[in-house]
Order: sequence, then C-alpha cells, then structure tokens
Amino acid sequence: MPYIESVTCPVCGCLCDDIRLRIEAGKIVEVKNGCAMCESKFLGYCGEHRLSKPLLRKNGELVEVSLNEAVKKAAEILTEANYPLLYGWSSTSCEATRVGLELAEEVGGVIDNTSTVCHGPSVLSVQDIGIPSCTLGQVRHRADLVIYWGCDPWSAHPRHIERYTSFSEGRFEKSEWKGYLSKTKALIVKKKIEKALKRVFARQAPSLSPSVRREPPPTLFKQGRKMIVVDVRRTRSAETADYFIQVEPNKDYELLEALRLLVRDEELEVEEVAGIPVAYLEEVADLMIRCNFGALFFGLGLTMSRGKMRNIDAALSLVRDLNTRTKFTIMPMRGHFNVSGADTVFTWQTGYPYAVDFSLCYPRYNPGETSAVDVLLRGETDASLIVASDPVSNFPRKAAEHLVKNPLIVIDPHMNATAQMGDVVIPSALVGVEVEGTAYRMDHVPLPLKKVVEPPEGLISDEEILRKILSEVRKIKTGKTEES
Amino acid sequence: MKNVSDHRAKKIDVSGMIVMPGGVDIHSHIAGSEVNTGRLLRPEDHFKDSECKTSVTRSGVGYSIPSTFTTGYRYARMGYTTVMNPSMPPLEAKHTHEELNDIPMIDKATYPLLGDWWFVLEYLSQGNIEELARHVAWMISSTKGYAIKIVNPGGLEAWGFGHNVTSLDDQIPHFCITPREIILGLCRVNKLLNLPHSVHLHTNNLGKPGNYATALETMKCVEKLANGEKPVLHITHCQFSAFTGDDWRTLGSGAEEIAKYLNGHSHITIDMGQVIFTDTTTMTADGPFQFGLYGLTGNKWVNHDVETETSAGIVPFHYRKKSFAHATQWSIGLELALLVKDPWKIYMTTDHPNGGPFTAYPKIVAWLTSKKARKATLKKINPKARSRSLLPSIDRELGFYELAIMTRAGQAKALGLKHKGHLGVGADADIAVYNVNPHKTDPSKEYKKIRKAFKHAAYTIKSGRVVVKNGEVLTPVEGATIWLDVKVSDPFKVTADMKRRFREYWTVEYDNYPVTDHYLEISQPIPVKADV
Repeated sequence: MPYIESVTCPVCGCLCDDIRLRIEAGKIVEVKNGCAMCESKFLGYCGEHRLSKPLLRKNGELVEVSLNEAVKKAAEILTEANYPLLYGWSSTSCEATRVGLELAEEVGGVIDNTSTVCHGPSVLSVQDIGIPSCTLGQVRHRADLVIYWGCDPWSAHPRHIERYTSFSEGRFEKSEWKGYLSKTKALIVKKKIEKALKRVFARQAPSLSPSVRREPPPTLFKQGRKMIVVDVRRTRSAETADYFIQVEPNKDYELLEALRLLVRDEELEVEEVAGIPVAYLEEVADLMIRCNFGALFFGLGLTMSRGKMRNIDAALSLVRDLNTRTKFTIMPMRGHFNVSGADTVFTWQTGYPYAVDFSLCYPRYNPGETSAVDVLLRGETDASLIVASDPVSNFPRKAAEHLVKNPLIVIDPHMNATAQMGDVVIPSALVGVEVEGTAYRMDHVPLPLKKVVEPPEGLISDEEILRKILSEVRKIKTGKTEES
Repeated sequence: MKNVSDHRAKKIDVSGMIVMPGGVDIHSHIAGSEVNTGRLLRPEDHFKDSECKTSVTRSGVGYSIPSTFTTGYRYARMGYTTVMNPSMPPLEAKHTHEELNDIPMIDKATYPLLGDWWFVLEYLSQGNIEELARHVAWMISSTKGYAIKIVNPGGLEAWGFGHNVTSLDDQIPHFCITPREIILGLCRVNKLLNLPHSVHLHTNNLGKPGNYATALETMKCVEKLANGEKPVLHITHCQFSAFTGDDWRTLGSGAEEIAKYLNGHSHITIDMGQVIFTDTTTMTADGPFQFGLYGLTGNKWVNHDVETETSAGIVPFHYRKKSFAHATQWSIGLELALLVKDPWKIYMTTDHPNGGPFTAYPKIVAWLTSKKARKATLKKINPKARSRSLLPSIDRELGFYELAIMTRAGQAKALGLKHKGHLGVGADADIAVYNVNPHKTDPSKEYKKIRKAFKHAAYTIKSGRVVVKNGEVLTPVEGATIWLDVKVSDPFKVTADMKRRFREYWTVEYDNYPVTDHYLEISQPIPVKADV
C-alpha cells in the first residue's frame, strides 16, 4: 500500500505539512515524520470518545436522534435566543468559520474564538504597538539568535525547533543539531565521570556542573545560531538552549523592560532584575544587538501571567526598538492548529479578530465586554453553540455554570465535557483526517488540510452541519415574517 | 448587441445621464495577508464606520480598510465592477483568494509579488531568461495570479537582514545582481510569456525626496525593450515616486519632468496614487519603506517578511492639509494627471488605502474636471505647499470622455482585459450610469454635483443585472476571479530535485503550495500562449 505524502497535521500551530501516512483497508496504520502528538491524533482519532450519532436531551437524558431533528432543534434554539454565544472555531477549518460568522450575524449573537483565553492579550497589544514579524522560513534561513520566552516548544510544539529554528538548515544559517548532539553526549560523559568520582571518593563528591548555570556561557558568543530560553522553570527546551534565563514568576515585565533599557544603552542602577544579575542581562542585550537576525517566540507564559497584555506590550516594544539596531522579529506560539485561521477569517469578514458582537446588526468589538467569558460571567447569553472546543472543562467555573444553565448546542467529533452537558450534540467528521479544509499556521501561512480516510457513516463536516443549521434558521425566520 | 429579445429584456430609462462601462481599478489593496493584518491592527479605524446587515447585504466595517463584503458594496455603489489587488505574497496566495471570494459585486484579479523571489534572483544572475520564464509561468498559474508585480526590486531581499538598496545599480547582498537587472529581466520574461498586462512596478526609493530621478532612470532603463504601442512597464502610484528635493523641507514636485518623459514615450503607463486628506492606513510590500515611515511618524508598525519571496509593512497615517509634505504630495498627484497629455497613459487611483481609501474617488473626479474644485482645496492647504504648487498654472479640465479613459477604458487596456472598459461587442455587460446630464451640467462650475453623482451611481449593472440603484445595493452578486493560465511549450518538470529545492527554500511542501480550484469560487482563467 503506498503512502499518502505531504499531509498537513491538524494538531498544533506548527502545522507541519510533511507527514506521510500509510493507509490500509481505510485505516491509518503508520505515521511518518510526525511528532508524538501527531501520531496519536492520526492513529487514535477513532477512540472510545468518538461520537457517532446526533444526540438530543429528552427528559434529562441524551438520546440518539436523526441529523435532521438535531439540526432543527439547534436552529430553533438559536432563533429563539436573544443573545446566543457562538464559541470555539480554532480547531476547525476556515471554511467552517466562514459559515459560523454568517450564522452569528443571522441570529444576532456574539461570536468568539479561543484566542480570547490564550493569545487575546497578544492581539490587544498588537493593536496598540504593531508587530515586526515574518514567516517561519525567514527564521530558518536567517536567524542566528532564537529566543523562546514563556513557552516550551520541545513539549508543546515538538517540531518547531527542528523545522523552523535552531535545528533547521537554512540558506544563511546552518542547523545546530550536531552541536546539540555533542553537547548532550558531553553531558552524559560528565555525569558518568561524576558518578565514578563519587564512587572513588565515597562522600566528598566534587560537583563539576552546578545544576543551574546562570552566567552566560562563552559558547553564547560563538558563530552560528544561538538559542536562549526564558522561563520560570527549567523545561526540556531550556535543556536544549545555549543559555537559560530563569525569571522569577510574574517578573517577565520587569525583565523585558530592563532589556529594553539596556538595548537603548541606558544604565540600570540595580544589581538584579527578576532574579538575574544585571551584568548577565547586559551580555544578553549585547547579544541581541549584535545578531544579524533575531527571532523571539513567546507563549502563554507571557500572555497569561501577571501583567498579561502589558507583558506583550513590553516584548513587542523591545523587538521594535531592536530593529533600529539590527533585524529582529517576534511571533506568538499559537496553540490550536487553526487559531490563526479563526482570527484571520473573523478579521476579513468583520474587521475584528475575536469577540465580535452582532446584536446591533453590525460587528462590534470590545474585549472585556463582548468576549465569551465576560458575557457568560455577566449572565447575558441565553443559548450557546460550541464548535470544536471544550469550554466547560477550561472556562472559569461561574462562566461554565451559566453556559450549561441555558440551551447548549455542541458540534464536536468527540464526547468531551461540554458535549456531556449539551442539549443538542451533533458529531462531526474530523477536519484534516476525514474531510478537507484550510488552516493557517502560526505565521499566517495558509495550508490545505487533506482528507485521508472516509468519515464514519453519517458524519459530515462542521461546515456542512453549520450550513444546514443556517438554512434552517433562515427558513424559520422567513416563516415567522410571513406569519406576522 | 445580439440575441436580446425585446419583450423579455428589462428597460431602464437613463436619458439625461452619463453611461459608462463599469469602473476598472488597476491598483487597490483589497485582500490578502497585509490588508487583513491592517484590519486587525486598526479597530479604531472601524469604530467610526460600520454597515448594518440588511435583507440582502452582509454587515461590515470601514473605513480605510473595509471588511470584505463592505469593500465589494462600496465599489459597486460608485459604479466600479472590476478591481485588481496588486500585491500577493505567493506563499500566502490562498489567503488572498479566500478573501477575494468574500468580496461580492466585482470581478477581481491579483498580482503575485515576484521581484525578490529567490528563483528570479538566481536565474537572472545566471542569465537564464528562458528557464526563469518557465518558472514565472508556473508561479502565475499556480498562484492564480494575473501579472508580474515587482516592489522595490532587491530592497526586499536586503530587508531580510534589515538593509535596503538605494539605486538601480546597487548590488543585492548575496545574489550578485542589481535592481536594474531584475526590472529588465522580468520585463523580458513578461514579453516572452505574452502576458496581457505589462510588468507592474513599485519603484526603488519610493517615498524619499529626490526619488523622481530614480523613477525616470527606471523608465529609461526599459526604453530599449519598447515594442510599438504596447507598454512594457507600468509604474504604479507614481505620485510617491515623483519627489524632488534633498529632504522633507525642500520637497518639491517632479511631476513636470515625469510628465514630459511620458509625453514623449509610449512604453510606460502610470497610475496616480493620489493623496486624500484623511486618516488612512499605509500598507505595501516595501518593508524598508514602511519602517522608515514608522520612524517618521512613531505610529504603530507591522512588518511581515515572507520567506524566499517578499516582505510587507503597515503603518497608519494621517494626511493633513496643513502639512507641507502632505499638501505637496496631494498637488503632485493631480499635476501628474493633468500634465500627462494622453489619458491612456495615466489612471486614477489612490493606491487604496495608501493615498486614501477608494471611496474618495469622487473627490478626485471633481479635482480633475474642475479648476474651481482644485482652487477650493488649494485655499485650505499649507501656504508654502500652495505657493510651490504647479496647480494654479494648470488650466486643463478633463472632459467626461477623458475621465472614462482614466477610470475604466485606459485601465482595462493596460491590463489587456478585452471584455472590460468598453461598451462594444464582446464586452461584459458591466455598466455604470451616473445621474449627470453631460449636455446641461458644466463640471467645471458644478463640481459638487459631479462629486455627488460619482459617489452614488444611479445604476450599476454587473453581468447584465442591475445590482445597484441610486447608490443602494439591490442584489448581491458574486464576482469572478480572473487569472492567467500561461501555457509554455516545455513546462519545467517537477522532479525529485525540484521538490528537494522547494523544501529547502520554503517551509511548506511542493504539493501544498499551489492554489487549487477549490480556492476560487468563480474561476475565470484567461489562456495565454507563451513563446517559450
């Protein structure tokens, strides 16, 4: 059986599109090039939690119904509601989001995507400051300094380093993979020597390497790519880095502003910032200025710790300032595979990336007022449609309570916590596995998602389900106007 | 007209009105990644301008970067039916096409940015024009593009490491080639491929005082490729490339020199890039220029470099009447339009949204057709700019026929769109009707009436259907996406080597790169037979 080549992986924001799959008898049996998350998605998507039939809550129990009945009920709920919430969108295709926006406009609801609880603050900062960014290939070809701040790509975006940054082979910068291997080997040897010494000298074991080396090592000033990780804990990515800066929790803002001052050649009149001696920071600032092309990637460690959007303000300003001295770019590490796509489609149709309110017949945007968590906390919504997301398990408790109190429609391939609380549950085919679509990588590069196997019988895509609901809503509305 | 049955055809009484072909816009940023990032960047731009959903139209927002549906409606309300989106990073072409699908009412096409593509730089430095032509053909067809777009040739590659080029003969770092060779090479490729439009160029040194010399040098450098009446190069938003002076204080107009050159040569066409006094959003693929603009204004700044291909930048900008530089720019645009004698050589644009939003076109119409309208604005602008402006010395006022050429016929001709910009046999039934009686109205005196009429078309007819009446959208229709299906006799083979090279240059796989038919809701390919 031949392989299917160049499949795009619908898991994280890296959207690796070089996956090879072997299909046998309509099933995926082998995944090549993928990371662990990719493998588990392609091999385990049909697990025990997969939904197969539309469900409707009758007398407190979810019972199986036909798709038409479920769609009708969903349309009724949405038409009757004064202020429905349509939430999710980051794990489905742009095509589905397009229909979702039309539906939200039709029913005069508020529509929001998961950016609201992850990189929402980043968007707000970009709207204040702008963002000097690039596509990931630019980093691969040119970056000689890569900084990961408040994120752990080794675990959360496992192929990010390999495909796009330090371990990738670019035109002007080469892969540091070999350097990393020899470093790892040296570490193993070191540990062995330590052990041997321990055995020889019984108790007084001389420590060769302190566990956290805080001073910038001389290797940081070598030719070629350098990688710095800034985080509150020593992650796997930090192990990989040339230099690890352990920032005190909730002190990122101070650290970023200190670096900003140093980059602008100001003097800092303190000994330490965020637990790091200023002398070390001076060296880091120097390195940032001296590089040919720097790239800073940041994650939720920055957006969701104290300061939130102010942290991002500082990071964006730092990178913007650096551009007067050298070339520097910055990029958020987006989590869901199509959260960038959801933002993108929202923006082209409404002008705003998330938290869009259609209750006045035109798009309104005011995060904090029109964002999902806030409308739920204020108890304003009277029905919800959740697509490809699980807010019950990760929204604040009060918000989730209000969500489940009112009629709740869920479109999802799996039985998640939200689906269990749903009144109408419509199972969908998995985009990128069973149906095709489009997704946007974290750097806004659009990639096609492939259909590699047939969906289970009776299952259709999110897009088709939403279209059915939309046409049903329109039918009910025209019926009503004719009556009156 | 043939095969129209009298009793079935709908009759519209347009006596006492101006009937023109539907408007054609040769250069307007309406879709794609930079436009959309501009939308995202500026919620404050939308707050003051929103459109409600109606029973037939979708809701949306303006102002300088309207959302997709609103863009389509606003163009149609002014009687425009065809719009060219001028800058598409090939890697992000799918995004541009997805957005174009959501722009109703108008036919559209888009130009891929090819000037700093590594393949172009490499083949040109090897002198391998034919092989390059094959690759460009592949690129245009697989991104569903319409013309070769070059932006600040060489400058964008240099911007990859934060540098720029400053003349046609600067060496581009790492590639042993100059901007002049890129322009010449791609003009040759354009000719080899028989593309309907000429090469579409945003010049080097754009937006810098003294750059009219670069613009003139660029025009001269392709002189030897001139071939009869068919232009070889289109210099876009020429106003931004027509500055004299050494710095912003000594800024002046190079319109006279450029017009003089254009009046004596026929291998170049240009569009205005007129400045409107308003708050707008500048966005170009010219990354270094946008960074300069950020330095000048201190406004928020977005940069987006695209691997192997191009870059982009966005900075909000407010053109003020009382600013010497802005007022001078305003004057330069109009001087160009009035001093170039042949309206087939210069077209009306604002380089939307760079000079101002396209919704300001009626203002430009008034300025072009009425000296009185120009005077009224001149009175209000910066006195130093006023005293240096050439406008008071120009008496020319365009007639409606000249206006029709500058706003549709000329643009369609330059684009090689045979079915647009005229009302003859073979044209699409795209028609605009404006409520002005050309026999009774003197545009020179009644410019306010003209402005009003061109703001809201009495009728816009798209593909034979009345879609707008008195400035209101009656029926939303989908427009087609026009693209070139370039046929070369010996297309390059997609070998394993090619795929490997692809994988090295980009971070996506070869198979996932092309824009498939799935991304074009209404696809209108134009077959082109190339000479290679």
